[in-house]
Amino acid sequence: MATLTAPANIVFTRPEGLTEFPTHYCPGCTHGIAHRLIAEVLEEMNVLDRAIGVAPVGCAVFAYNYFDCDFVEAAHGRAPAMATGIKRVLPDRVVFTYQGDGDLASIGMAEIVHAAARGENITVIFINNANYGMTGGQMAPTTLPGMKTTSSPSGRDVETQGYPIRMAEMLATLEGAGYVVRRSLHDPKNIRLARKAIRLAFETQVRGLGFSMVELLSTCPTNWGLSPVEALRFVEERMVPYFPLGDYRVSPAVAQIRV
Amino acid sequence: MQREIVIAGFGGQGVLFAGQVLAYAAMDAGKEVTWIPSYGPEMRGGTANCTVIIADEEIGSPLVKHPPLAIVLNLPSFDRYEPLIQRGGALIVNQSMVDRGPKRTDITEVFIPCNEIAEAIGDRRLLNMVAVGALLPFLPELTLQDVEKALEAHLPARHRELLPLNFQALRRGYEVAEGQRSRV
Amino acid sequence: MARELWKGNEAIAEAAIRAGLQAYFGYPITPQTEVLEWMARRMPELGRVFVQAESEVAAINMVYGAACTGARVMTTSSSPGISLMMEGLSYIAGTEVPVVLVNVMRGGPGLGNIAPSQGDYQQAVRGGGHGDYPRIVLAPSSVQEAIDLVTLSFDLAEKYRTIVMIIADGSIGQMMEPAEMPPMQPLYHRQWDWAVTGKMGRERRVLSSIYLDPYQEEQTNLRLFRRWQEIQANEVRSRAYYLEDAEFVVIGFGTAGRVALSAVRAARQEGLKVGLLRPISLSPFPHQVVAELAQRVSGFLVVEMNTGQMLEDVELANAGRVPLRFYGRPGGVVPFPDEILHEIHALVEAPPTPGEDARLAWLERMTRLGGDGWQR
Repeated sequence: MATLTAPANIVFTRPEGLTEFPTHYCPGCTHGIAHRLIAEVLEEMNVLDRAIGVAPVGCAVFAYNYFDCDFVEAAHGRAPAMATGIKRVLPDRVVFTYQGDGDLASIGMAEIVHAAARGENITVIFINNANYGMTGGQMAPTTLPGMKTTSSPSGRDVETQGYPIRMAEMLATLEGAGYVVRRSLHDPKNIRLARKAIRLAFETQVRGLGFSMVELLSTCPTNWGLSPVEALRFVEERMVPYFPLGDYRVSPAVAQIRV
Repeated sequence: MQREIVIAGFGGQGVLFAGQVLAYAAMDAGKEVTWIPSYGPEMRGGTANCTVIIADEEIGSPLVKHPPLAIVLNLPSFDRYEPLIQRGGALIVNQSMVDRGPKRTDITEVFIPCNEIAEAIGDRRLLNMVAVGALLPFLPELTLQDVEKALEAHLPARHRELLPLNFQALRRGYEVAEGQRSRV
Repeated sequence: MARELWKGNEAIAEAAIRAGLQAYFGYPITPQTEVLEWMARRMPELGRVFVQAESEVAAINMVYGAACTGARVMTTSSSPGISLMMEGLSYIAGTEVPVVLVNVMRGGPGLGNIAPSQGDYQQAVRGGGHGDYPRIVLAPSSVQEAIDLVTLSFDLAEKYRTIVMIIADGSIGQMMEPAEMPPMQPLYHRQWDWAVTGKMGRERRVLSSIYLDPYQEEQTNLRLFRRWQEIQANEVRSRAYYLEDAEFVVIGFGTAGRVALSAVRAARQEGLKVGLLRPISLSPFPHQVVAELAQRVSGFLVVEMNTGQMLEDVELANAGRVPLRFYGRPGGVVPFPDEILHEIHALVEAPPTPGEDARLAWLERMTRLGGDGWQR
């Protein structure tokens, strides 16, 4: 029988910002990576004690189980409004929402646009995986043209179902936004870039520089009917061309931030 | 005791403020009072009216179908309210804005050219105070002094320099109405 | 403090501010916009939070977020806007956070009109958002009462971790009456053992209305209704007028109640022994008060500015004991006292047989009177 001994040199642990609660996410899904990046950033910035998260409706509905900070659970799409209420009465807290594409870009379109327009000092982590994951893979506002979902079984027909919405580009037109970027979680390099962007988004908030959002291109292997590796490739080859990665709004004040 | 007054006219004739002056005067005199406007989607230029009720006890309905007293500042209001006044009641008619005489004989109708009197005093906007002054001989619950005190206490600061003219308008209206009433 | 002349909507706003309101979130809609405008001016000058939301949906969810921190918050709206808030109210109820909400009701359904109405009684008292949840509903009939109930609402909401909805109507919102405003309460952020404020050294907290396990949700429903029993035992409010020797009793709330007061006084002058019961808490409804009256009076007249919504609560309490007559003016029409006096005469002279469908009888009378009913 092998004896467990304390490892001499720990190189990888669970960040303090995550609880020990096992996640319910499907194998190969990038939600877990996004959670980890947020938790690492909150820990690194030493703000876990004053962080308040707002969970969405969608696959991340149980996000509050996984982060080791205070959390509330919003109605579908209303997370930015709820975050506004929290941040306005407790302006020194670090308030963030974690929303999917159906939540943010469909039912919650008004709330996200106006939170950005008001320049609410909140941080939004936007998971774009091009479908409604929790309800079983229906067409989302970000579903690619021709992409098959359970509610676009012949593929999204842009003639009748319209075109995908590029949220980062759209919100970047608003003066209230301090930092709006799109990143992807499909490979280690992009994950590192995503982490940096999440850090900058929270830095934007704690410095009172306005609304911040990081859109993260993510996978949904289960509903896409792909293996985890194929799903990562799908993001790189199909999603990135439609949703180009980049900085869409970095206000001059945010551009000064060095981390 | 309970007395109901309707004030009606065009928007911009100071209908609502005239009612508020009566309401302030009644409150300051220790009475119960309600002031309720008709409110509509239009912002400017429509018809406006308000109902003021002065009483000694808790007021029930803030609206009445047949008021004993009314001020009508234009013809549509005259046409609308003349038939509704309680028998034995009084109607103050802005003669400047109507082109007909009374139809009722069972109420007192005071015809008073509010616009001309106000202009003669120096400001056409005072027409509502002329009309309020003309109402007072028929409103034993409030004296001219009560209303003057209310104006002094509640006239918005930006209009304070108009206070003496407001008093003049009230008194002139009162005198004209008192003169007509004694002839009835 | 001295009496001042207050417009209902502005009085509601100022009373909330005096009660220590920390944040207001709202959206313009007639006939309650003066509340929003008052808040827009006063809250920032006092260093407090005011946000004009992008919709009533957003406003109620901002309230939800702020309420989760334990702050004193409120929103106000009018009927169509309240309908939009129902989703948020259900979440708020499920999360058990205290929220104060004012509905200055107008004529409906749909866009309706902006005239005073009581058409949202059932929505407020029984329905609204999805799921099984009780809430406190209070109905003022004057500007002073609106002030007093706003002040009370915050305490009740926090005491029972519940929604308190005040339903006024356009008439109370637009009317000016002398009223006494309470002194300004100190402003502070209340510390609750449930509030989400950032964990700061304690165990983390989560506020949510999600209970995926039906047995847990069942326990939550039971908890809400056990709390409701306490509210029913302690928070019933009504006002009685001339009830001591009354043989017939008019029952009406809010503006309909005060219009009925004029009619009851007129009936008293004629020597009729008529009284008035004006329910103030519509939820919990004064069922017991009505039931006790039903033991000793000869008939009820229910007067509302709707098609007989509170009527159903009176019928429940009366349980067919005494004759019941109904008179309603729905759609934004406010009854005049003489209409109600006429109804009192009809009740006294020819009481309906107990068990007769009061609403159906009323509908037939309204139809006989012609398309315009009593009058335009």
